Amino acid sequence: MLKDMQPEDIIGEYKEAVLNLYGGMKRKVLFTEIETPYPDGKLIVSSTDSDGLIKKVNQAFVDMSCYTEEELIGMPHCILRHPDMPSAAYKDLWGTILDGRTWQGYVKNLRKDGGYYWVKATVIPNIRKGQVVGYTSVRRKPSRLKVNESIKLYSTLS
Amino acid sequence: MTFNFTVSPDFAPDRLSGWYIFNTWLQKQTDSAIHLEIYPDFAAQKAAITSDKIDLIYANPYDAAMLVREKGFLPLVKSAGSSDEAILAVHRDNAIIDVEALPSGIRVAHTQDPDVRMIGMIMLEPSNLTSDTLQAINCDTYILVAKNILQNKADVGIFLAQAYDDLSDLVKKQLKVLVRSQISVIHHSLMIGPKLQAKREEIQNLLINMHGSAKSKEILDSLGFSCWQKVDDEEMEFMIDLMDTLAI
Repeated sequence: MLKDMQPEDIIGEYKEAVLNLYGGMKRKVLFTEIETPYPDGKLIVSSTDSDGLIKKVNQAFVDMSCYTEEELIGMPHCILRHPDMPSAAYKDLWGTILDGRTWQGYVKNLRKDGGYYWVKATVIPNIRKGQVVGYTSVRRKPSRLKVNESIKLYSTLS
Repeated sequence: MTFNFTVSPDFAPDRLSGWYIFNTWLQKQTDSAIHLEIYPDFAAQKAAITSDKIDLIYANPYDAAMLVREKGFLPLVKSAGSSDEAILAVHRDNAIIDVEALPSGIRVAHTQDPDVRMIGMIMLEPSNLTSDTLQAINCDTYILVAKNILQNKADVGIFLAQAYDDLSDLVKKQLKVLVRSQISVIHHSLMIGPKLQAKREEIQNLLINMHGSAKSKEILDSLGFSCWQKVDDEEMEFMIDLMDTLAI
């Protein structure tokens, strides 16, 4: 079960928002204006089951999200959802991967400490013996130009 | 029946004799006739795989998807503790210290190693560089990649990290590393084809225990490996999924 974010985890001044998540879930999130730069040369990798629950994360995922591996495993991937990300982007993501296709886009992720980081994300369905058994997501460092374009675009979407 | 073994053409040239010694060891241990064929480049190797001439291969991760999904290969082992990492380097006197500052139209030297080139191109993305906005210079070896930078024929070089580390100090002193990948989960693997799969478990066990005797440990040393580590089917599937996401 995804818990609300806690003030004691937040670094710096924060704002509050309530996110309406997939499946009717709601979550109170606390967020700041502190950006963590994406580290050069690293990939953030995770795998989920077919319901989007996290099965596996690498160290870069742990480092950038600020959560421990134990806190992440079994949680829905939307634990990273930032209020600035429009629902339309996630609708497009899920529509694409449920259709068995690969999704790619720029995503602003929310850290446990309330800060954020931008990624270029690619999500592919994991197909074993013809069945989708989960999804693998790989994030890499985005160009600042693409991030700025995404900020403009996402501000126009709901 | 003779089985055919090959090694991804990106192995370091000074390891060639090591692979022949390894092949001799493998033949003795399995009591099987195994012929080692080294192809001059990836295109020649791919043609051999496509025409089902290969039964055992030390494969580049880039080829793993095709080997598993189209040719029915299964993983055996990988070199323990090693992964394929890439480096972007420029001339020491180049004022640029950050990948994001690299301008459109620059000359990028690289080899044919498909996974290293892919990782290198991913590391160039923060500067908005794509294959359409740079001039690619294809080189046969990493030494030639370095030479192109030193002679000002290339602005950036994409190196296999291990190959960069193996360059002479004299060359490295004239270069500057902009970024070194830390991916950790992409690696070469020894893989077994359908005709040899009845022996998969036997060969896997032989390899996993290979470092146990002083004589066979010497062979591993000649390949630059400490020991072999088992790769199970799911680990291979995960790496293939990862390569698929990165290739986009």
